[in-house]
Amino acid sequence: MNTITNNTDFLLAIENLTVSFDGFKAVNDLNLYVDENEIHVIIGPNGAGKTTVLDLICGRTKATEGSIKFRNRELTEMREHEIVREGVGRKFQNPSIYEDLTVFENLELSFPRGRSVWGALTFQRDTEVTARVREIAEMVFLDTLLDMQAALLSHGQKQWLEIGMLLIQDPELLMLDEPVAGMSVSERKQTAKLLNEITKGRSVMVVEHDMKFVEDIAHRVTVLHQGKILSEGSMAKVQSDPKVIDVYLGH
Amino acid sequence: MINLKSFMARQDILALIILAALLFVVMPMSMDIFRLNLIGKYLTYAFVAIGLVLCWGKGGILSLGQGVFFGLGGYCMAMYLKLESSTPEATAIQSTPGIPDFMDWNQITELPWFWEPFNSLTFTLVAILVVPALFAFIIGAAMFKRRVGGVYFAIITQAIAAILTILIIGQQGYTGGVNGITDLRTLKGWDIRSDDAKYFLYFLNGALLLGVLVLCQFVLKSKLGRLLVALRDKEDRVRFSGYDVANFKIFVFCFAAVLSAIGGAMFTLQVGFMSPSFVGIVPSIEMVIFCAVGGRLSIFGAVYGTLLVNWAKTTFSETFPELWLFGLGALFIAVVLVFPNGLSGLYRSYLAPHVDRWIFRKPPEGGSTGTGAIDTPAFEPDPAARPAE
Repeated sequence: MNTITNNTDFLLAIENLTVSFDGFKAVNDLNLYVDENEIHVIIGPNGAGKTTVLDLICGRTKATEGSIKFRNRELTEMREHEIVREGVGRKFQNPSIYEDLTVFENLELSFPRGRSVWGALTFQRDTEVTARVREIAEMVFLDTLLDMQAALLSHGQKQWLEIGMLLIQDPELLMLDEPVAGMSVSERKQTAKLLNEITKGRSVMVVEHDMKFVEDIAHRVTVLHQGKILSEGSMAKVQSDPKVIDVYLGH
Repeated sequence: MINLKSFMARQDILALIILAALLFVVMPMSMDIFRLNLIGKYLTYAFVAIGLVLCWGKGGILSLGQGVFFGLGGYCMAMYLKLESSTPEATAIQSTPGIPDFMDWNQITELPWFWEPFNSLTFTLVAILVVPALFAFIIGAAMFKRRVGGVYFAIITQAIAAILTILIIGQQGYTGGVNGITDLRTLKGWDIRSDDAKYFLYFLNGALLLGVLVLCQFVLKSKLGRLLVALRDKEDRVRFSGYDVANFKIFVFCFAAVLSAIGGAMFTLQVGFMSPSFVGIVPSIEMVIFCAVGGRLSIFGAVYGTLLVNWAKTTFSETFPELWLFGLGALFIAVVLVFPNGLSGLYRSYLAPHVDRWIFRKPPEGGSTGTGAIDTPAFEPDPAARPAE
């Protein structure tokens, strides 16, 4: 099913990736590479296939054709939790947290230990876990709210909590789907700062509509349109590309 | 040795002591053996209801086929007891002495191969735990690995309950058919029908129930317990946190099945027979109602819910036999609509704050860290609860 795929120096190498839903190609022969320590932003009009690309990487959607290699390990054959254990973390568009549990418990469950049934039964909340939870909570501005039930957090705080739940897994590739959607201006600024901080030692892929925010964080931008790459490069280059202005940014 | 206090809060220990006092002191002192035996029978359903708290209340997996596992446990026990009472001497009038009477009536002339091992009590006790666990594992693996869940899972478990009932009734010669396995007398020569035996079995049953409650409390207070709640809430988030979700669902489904089977075996011992009427769809749904009335989030609530509904069933069905089923239906609708967290929900909203204040000298919204939120989640309407109405 794969074309010839060679090993690369990229952290993530997507080659000839196609997925079709009943003949409709949501992602069409896509090639996309993510470097180490890079913030790579995917933008594009609605229905361009941005979220589908993230779904394909994390195993939620199975590819029809092509390959996704993470550290030269093929992800298309793996199941979701195996991909996570390889070091790929995924944040969903809507905050996806455990509302009935506390902030502490949300983070604790994401701590990468005791992931088997037996491991979960015998898991101990030791100082290592507690310290790490506190450290991450501080990073995502929730250190004073550890005992609060997650349902009671504000929308922005829920987004941060989910980012924190990913950070505690220490993934090498972090995928964020519209992380600042619905956030206030100040929350947005804090999130940009947070993202710049957490990219130390890891790569981040972001799907985002907010151009101001993209400008603030992006190292490299890919513009998707109808499942294909329309343009790629720095924010300045992409913004001045007539094709991009035509279909997405507008005149 | 695991420290009890590490997973049982003071409130839980108090609840356990109150239940123990009720079961071991109040009930035996206020009732004759006939009524006490009835309570013992009800309590065997409580095992199923407790399993449903873990599976459905916490994990969000609604099984409408728990009667299957109750039945498997019960039948395993009944097969052993039946073989013991079918000695060649006791069955000398049969055309083939030494086999259970219903086999003889169905022109079966030798003991079927799958009955043979049930001559051994050790095998039987192991089978009571292993057979339902294995069966639940097969169902669970087939369903959860394919990501069948919610209403579809509920319907399939219901279908399995129906299939097993039909199978038992149809294979009369091997199973005793619609009558079930009856006329059970002794366990290793000890007459289980005597009053002394009934007292002993009642206390054994109560002790097992308390043991199961402690075990469940341990599971719920472990990370696995919190994972179950997380699964009910956001299954995908759990999956994308590196957990193989299906394994956890299979585990809790098997765990609930084993609990149900213990209940089933104790039922057979105390009531003296086992029949398909405890396996099928109706008893399975009734067990869900016991759990819902008690409060599907509380293992203690499940015990009280089971006792209350069964007590009401016995009382009302003696007086108004035709109206009882309507009453049960109305009760379930009322639970879903009016007090969705059942008895334990009512207790938590109205009584617990006072209990905490008077007994533990603690402000109601106490500064308990970490685990407090598990037991008092805000009610979200559970779509899976609806079809059972």
